[in-house]
This record gives sequence, C-alpha cells and structure tokens, in this order.
Amino acid sequence: MPKEIKLERVPMPKQSPEVRRKNFLEVALGYTPELAMEEAKRCLQCKKPLCVQGCPVEINIPAFIKHIVEGDFDKAIRKLKEKNLLPAVCGRVCPQEEQCEKFCVLEKKGAPIAIGRLERFSADWEAKTGKLQIPEISPPTGKKVAIVGSGPAGLTIASDLIQFGHSVTVFEALHAPGGVLTYGIPEFRLPKEIVYREVDFIKKLGVNLMLDFVVGMTATLDELFEEFDAVFLGTGAGLPWFMEIEGEHYNGIYSANEYLTRNNLMRGYEFPKSDTPIKRAKRVAVIGGGNVAMDSARTALRLGAEEVRIVYRRSRAEMPARLEEIENAEEEGVIFEFLTLPKRYIADDFGWIKEIECIRMRLGEPDASGRRRPIPIEGSEFRIPVDAVVVSIGQSPNPLIPKTTKGLETGKWGNIVVDPKTGKTSKKGVWAGGDVVRGGATVILAMGDARISARSIHQYLVEGIW
Amino acid sequence: MKEIVRMKKLIPNFNEMVIYHPYIAKKARGGQFVIVRADDTGERIPLSISDYNREEGTITIVFEEAGVSTRKLAMRKEGDVLPTVAGPLGTPSSIEKFGKVLLIGGCYGIGAIYSIEKELKEMENTVIVGIEARSSAFLFWREKHINCADAFYPLTRDGSEGLKGHVDAIIDRVIQDFGNIDRVFAIGCTLMMKKVAEKTKPLGIKTIVNLNPIMIDGTGMCGVCRVNVGGKMKFACVDGPDFDAHEVDWDVLIMRKKAYVDEEMTSLMMMECMKDF
Ligand SMILES: Cc1cc2nc3c(=O)[nH]c(=O)nc-3n(C[C@H](O)[C@H](O)[C@H](O)COP(=O)(O)OP(=O)(O)OC[C@H]3O[C@@H](n4cnc5c(N)ncnc54)[C@H](O)[C@@H]3O)c2cc1C
Ligand SMILES: Cc1cc2nc3c(=O)[nH]c(=O)nc-3n(C[C@H](O)[C@H](O)[C@H](O)COP(=O)(O)OP(=O)(O)OC[C@H]3O[C@@H](n4cnc5c(N)ncnc54)[C@H](O)[C@@H]3O)c2cc1C
Ligand code: SF4
Ligand code: SF4
Ligand code: FES
Repeated sequence: MPKEIKLERVPMPKQSPEVRRKNFLEVALGYTPELAMEEAKRCLQCKKPLCVQGCPVEINIPAFIKHIVEGDFDKAIRKLKEKNLLPAVCGRVCPQEEQCEKFCVLEKKGAPIAIGRLERFSADWEAKTGKLQIPEISPPTGKKVAIVGSGPAGLTIASDLIQFGHSVTVFEALHAPGGVLTYGIPEFRLPKEIVYREVDFIKKLGVNLMLDFVVGMTATLDELFEEFDAVFLGTGAGLPWFMEIEGEHYNGIYSANEYLTRNNLMRGYEFPKSDTPIKRAKRVAVIGGGNVAMDSARTALRLGAEEVRIVYRRSRAEMPARLEEIENAEEEGVIFEFLTLPKRYIADDFGWIKEIECIRMRLGEPDASGRRRPIPIEGSEFRIPVDAVVVSIGQSPNPLIPKTTKGLETGKWGNIVVDPKTGKTSKKGVWAGGDVVRGGATVILAMGDARISARSIHQYLVEGIW
Repeated sequence: MKEIVRMKKLIPNFNEMVIYHPYIAKKARGGQFVIVRADDTGERIPLSISDYNREEGTITIVFEEAGVSTRKLAMRKEGDVLPTVAGPLGTPSSIEKFGKVLLIGGCYGIGAIYSIEKELKEMENTVIVGIEARSSAFLFWREKHINCADAFYPLTRDGSEGLKGHVDAIIDRVIQDFGNIDRVFAIGCTLMMKKVAEKTKPLGIKTIVNLNPIMIDGTGMCGVCRVNVGGKMKFACVDGPDFDAHEVDWDVLIMRKKAYVDEEMTSLMMMECMKDF
C-alpha cells in the first residue's frame, strides 16, 4: 500500500517569546503522546536508514520510532537506551540538524523526521511514568576504575563500566555533578532536574561519586593508581579565553563560564535566596557566535536586561551556534551585530564597564577553517553603551592535570592526545575522551568517546595488555 | 570527611575551625587555600589553609565574619559536616632556604602566614614574624607564632601592645634589629599588602603577597579571580595566589574586589531580618 508522505514536521509546543524571555522555565514543552505518534508516523521506516549514520552513537532510529507509532513508549525508550545513556539530554541539545536529521531521506524534501523531539519525548515519558529500567550488571571483576569529571563523558563511561562488573568511582571538582550540563547549559534549555535524574540513575547502578575532589590537587593522577587499575579523564574544556584587549579587567566584564556558572550552578537568579550574586544589567553585550554566546545572551534577557546584543566578527552564515538557538534568540529580541569586533573597553570612574569600542569588519578570502576571514574596515570604529559584557570566544582544556602528571602528552591547545580508536593516552592505564580531547565539541561526541574508551578499558582490565 | 572537629572563637569576629579531611591534610602546603560552602545555598568562598596536621588528617582555617558566607560558617557547630571543602587549591608558596625571612600577617593573615612560617622554619631559615591589628584585643595566635618563629613582633595601631603605628613600623624595626632581610611574605587585607609592597620596593627586598580577589570555582574555570601582575592577566586561583608584590597592579585588585558591595549588603540585611522571625 503506497504511503502518503507528509511533508510537514509536527511542531513542538513552546512558551511564547514574550513570556519565556522573562522566565527560566524550559522554552520547549515537548510533544504530547498524540503529537509524538503523529510525527512518528511520518517516518518511512527505510530499509537502509540513512539517519543512523548521522548519529555518533548509532541509535537504531527507525526501530525506536516504530515503537512510538505503535504507542509502545516503554519499548521505544529501551531501544534508545541500548545506545544512549542520556536520551532526555541528547533529544534536547544534540545539533540534530547536522547529525541524524541531516541524513534523514526526508531532509531533501525540507522536512526531516524530528528525531530529537521523539527521543526527548520517549525519555520524558519514562521519567513521568517512573518505570525506570535497571539494567543487568555482570558479576564483580574486582577491578577498580577512576573516572575524572562527571560531564556527559564521565557519566556515560561510568555507566558502561559498572555494567561490565567493574567498581567505578567518579571524581568531580565541583560540588554538583553533570559538567557543562549543570554549570553551563541554562535551565531554560536543559532543566537541571533531568541531569540529576540521570546522575541518580548511575548512583543506583552502584557508581560511587566523590564531589569536591580536584584531581591534580586533592590527589594527583599518579596517586589514583595506588587504588585504581585504570583512569579515564573526562575533564572537559573549562578554561575560558579572554581577548586580552585593553580594559578587560573592568568590573561588569565576565567570561561566559563565570556568567553561566553564577547563574546555573550557583543559582544567581534566585539571589538573595541563594547567596551568590549576579548583576542584573540593563544593556548587555555578548562577544562570540556559538551556543555558549546564545545561552549567555538569553540568560541576560531573563535576568531583566532591556537590550542584549550578540557581537560577532563574522556574518550570520558563519555563526557556529545551532540554528534553532539562533532563531530562539532572535524571537526573544536579542540584537545581532555581525561583522563587528571589540577593540577596547571603556569604564566609568569606579572601574565599571560603560562602553565598548568596536570596529566593523568585512569578509575576505577563506582562512584555514574554510570560513571567510574577517578584515577590519579602517576608520569604522564606533561605541556601544553597555553595563555588562560576556566574553564567549571559546575555551580550552584546563591544564591542572597535565601540569601535575608526568608522561601525559598534550597538543597545541592543551588538549590531551589519544588514539581515536581506543581513547588511550600516552600514559599507561589512562584513557581520555570528550572535550578534554576535542576542545569544545558536543555532548553526543563526548558520549561516543566514552563508549570507545569503555570497551578498551574493559579489554585491558580483563586481558591485562596495554 | 569535611567534618568540623574543633571550633574556637579567637576574638569577637574571628573563628578558628579545624576540619577533618585526610586527603587535603595530606597534600596541603603553605600558601594554599580551600573552597568552602557553609550550607546548601551557600557561596563558594576561598579560605587559606592556616595550618595542617597530616597525622590527624585535619586542616585549620581562620576566618573573619565579614558577610553572609563567613557568618553562616561561624554558626556551624563541632560535629557538623560541611557541604563543600575542596582543595588544596592554588600553587604552594615557593619555600627555600632564603636566610632571614620576615612574615607579616594582618587580619586573617595572622593565621594564614602560619603554614608558610612552619615550612620556612623546616628549611632552616631565620623566621621573623610580625602581626598587626587595630589594638591588642584583635591579635591572636601569639603563642603559636612565638613557639615557631625566631623572633616575634606584634604591632597595634593604638600602641596597646607591641610596636605602635602602621605595618611599615614592623619592617623598620626588623631591619634595625637584623640588618638585611632576604625575603618578605605578607598576607592580610589588600591595603596592608599594598603598603608592604610600597615599603619594600625601594628597599629592594623581594616580597611575596598572597592575593585575595573574588573567586568561585578556584580551579581556573571562571576567570573572576583575574589579576594584573607584571602587565599580564593571571588567574589568582591557579597561577597564584602568591605573586611578586612589586609586580601587582593594586588598583585593579582593589577595584575588582568591590564588584558586589551592593549585593553583599542586601544579602547581609536579608540575613539580619530573617533572624527576627
Ligand atoms: C554554555 C554551553 C552550551 C552548550 N550547548 C551545547 C548544545 O546545545 N549541544 C551540545 O551538544 N553541546 C553543547 N555544549 C558543549 C557540551 O556541553 C560539551 O561538549 C560536553 O559537555 C563535553 O562533555 P565532557 O564530559 O567532555 O566535559 P564537561 O561537560 O565539561 O565535564 C567535565 C567535568 O570535569 C570536571 N573536572 C575538570 N577538571 C577536573 C579535575 N581536575 N578533577 C575533577 N573533576 C574535574 C569539571 O568540573 C566538569 O564537571 C555546550 C557547552 C556550553 C559551555
Ligand atoms: C586565596 C584567598 C584566601 C583567603 N583566605 C582567607 C582566610 O583565611 N580567612 C578569611 O577570613 N578570609 C579569607 N579570604 C577572604 C574571604 O574569602 C572573604 O572574606 C569571604 O569570601 C567573604 O565572604 P562573605 O560572604 O562572608 O562576605 P561578603 O559580604 O560577601 O564580602 C566581603 C568582602 O569579601 C570579598 N569577597 C566576597 N565574596 C568573595 C569570594 N567569593 N571570594 C573571595 N572574596 C570574596 C569581597 O571583597 C567583599 O567585599 C581569602 C580570599 C582569597 C581569595
Ligand atoms: S543521540 Fe543525537 S544524533 Fe543520535 S539520534 Fe539522538 S538526537 Fe540524533
Ligand atoms: S532516514 Fe528518516 S525516514 Fe528513513 S528511517 Fe531514518 S528517520 Fe525514518
Ligand atoms: S576562581 Fe574561577 S578561575 Fe579562579
């Protein structure tokens, strides 16, 4: 029976821009069961599903969608969890338009299946109905593994290794687990409740979590080997960059990490109910064009700013942020200053930021990254009045561990060098994955790396061969 | 772990707290600090490791009741377990055999210099300690310093104990008594450290200060602790907190420390009001 192909994605309900720009509640509200089934029915159930090659963890996409069509949501989530520990997170934050959905056959027709939304629906369904499946755990092997960092990489590998029967301890420098999912990505895009639910899950599996433990300081990597047989480093890329231009020390200038950490991890938006303050600035400029910049700009709006600008040195086409997030920011009223570069900061008499001096740019020939190089236009300087600036131009791995460890090879940006096939570092017994290897990348790539290292660690612990 | 094993009021607004944390006690070194949260909604605040006891597995912090976070901490009791005690953080002070070393402590620095003092002594330096306060009632840890150091100079601004005047008077007197000094360490309020720097610079005495900008994570992740030293941006929590006093841009540090004065007042007023209910 020839099936009629519906060429319209079922929209996901969202809070309206006027309402949501003033609150920290999640923007997207998720599908209802009816909407999910309607969207799922559009899937062609391809014999050779192209979508799967776009997913770094190779979820069997048609299979989980089929279960949704049949209304068997429990089976859908089980299918997803075969490959992905954090479907509620990935369904929300994966750049699907560049991964699974980009490869869907219906993409060419302009309406790929909304795989992310369906994934998110299934995971939320499981949480709502409370039917959590605890997977089977292999008999204890007597081997102990230390995982450093509790971001998506750390959580994934902890879950994998404990299921293989190893004893697993996760060390986290901060007082709350989750990595960027907790301190970076804001509540309105990823409610923290979801992250804590996943952390709870791995605790239920028997993973031991040591918070406030800074490896390199509280104990060195080498000292961990007194107790553990293998170590995985999933320490992320948490060192913020500044532009090193005049006046960057003025009050009111934040790194994106500081701004987001004050707000997300320390709950600054609830001040003075929580003790950590954050300034409620009226005119904010965010420097940069990635996801982190979008999150900072939208956070500033929610903290009551009247005017929020993204200042980006290239044009819209080169912005690295997800399209959906750029659109969300636009809808909420964020102003975009493209082809603009800050040159210096100007403060009032008390050292508070008052203005940014910027210069306009034009695009020249493509550079090493393949994007057209921005070139300053002489004499085009102008000033933007602001009372806060968030610098969001990138970050690299924190040097704490490499600095205190012998024999751990690092690359140009301080990233840890690994064999991509196994995740092995240059140091015996140490693996690494996620942002500490890739620099700022994505949640799902961090999880994919963790899976590769988990297999390699398991093999090493069983066979004893490095 | 993270349990308060002993607590003592030193002077009306200063407390000494001994915390059981064998990992930190094992690694702690002079000049380092811990990040502490007093309760679950609490700020992450940096406090120097004033002393450590590797056998007992404890560290000692000395803190002034400045605002909400330190007051909340002062209200905790022996036996309580703190939600966060993370460390030891920062680069340890560089300790060698320098010769004659003067340590100056004011405010919480009266405690904080002790861990450095102990290590300098182990390296067989001649250790001279000066501590300063408004008046005699605000000095503490006299015995600890007398027992460890080779010479001890208390100073009060009103002359109620020891030398009289400002911190310069300690330096002048020590030079008078000992001739040259090979190195100075100073910890305390920013203005005091700045004063020491201004005094020792023309004398050509290398001086190390332990800077105290606002911090959050204490691991190099947020950049709020950035200071200008020798014309370069440094993160005090990882590159310091010890820096060469003559290279520090003091005005930037003082300006940045004032960033949240309004909010700190709000917070404190809220806390005071809540007490009445
Ligand atoms: C604001 C923001 C928005 C983003 N948005 C998206 C998005 O929409 N989609 C997407 O796919 N990706 C997004 N990313 C990127 C994504 O979050 C990261 O790629 C991912 O979190 C990397 O995971 P990880 O496990 O490698 O490291 P992280 O998540 O960075 O976790 C590392 C953990 O290790 C801890 N740690 C570090 N050093 C030590 C130490 N010495 N001892 C103990 N613990 C240590 C850290 O405290 C941290 O908790 C975003 C990132 C940011 C900052
Ligand atoms: C490396 C280092 C070591 C320190 N050691 C000690 C110590 O041993 N004993 C001690 O009493 N104090 C110490 N301090 C200072 C201590 O951290 C602050 O007094 C404390 O954070 C004040 O918090 P509050 O809420 O009680 O006061 P608030 O009312 O919030 O602040 C009072 C003043 O303290 C400073 N301050 C506020 N928040 C922070 C913060 N998160 N980090 C740093 N400073 C802040 C500001 O200048 C502020 O104006 C140290 C600071 C640093 C950076
Ligand atoms: S994990 Fe990410 S890439 Fe894979 S199917 Fe889900 S949303 Fe797509
Ligand atoms: S490619 Fe698209 S239509 Fe085909 S199975 Fe995958 S999601 Fe369904
Ligand atoms: S306190 Fe955050 S980088 Fe130093």
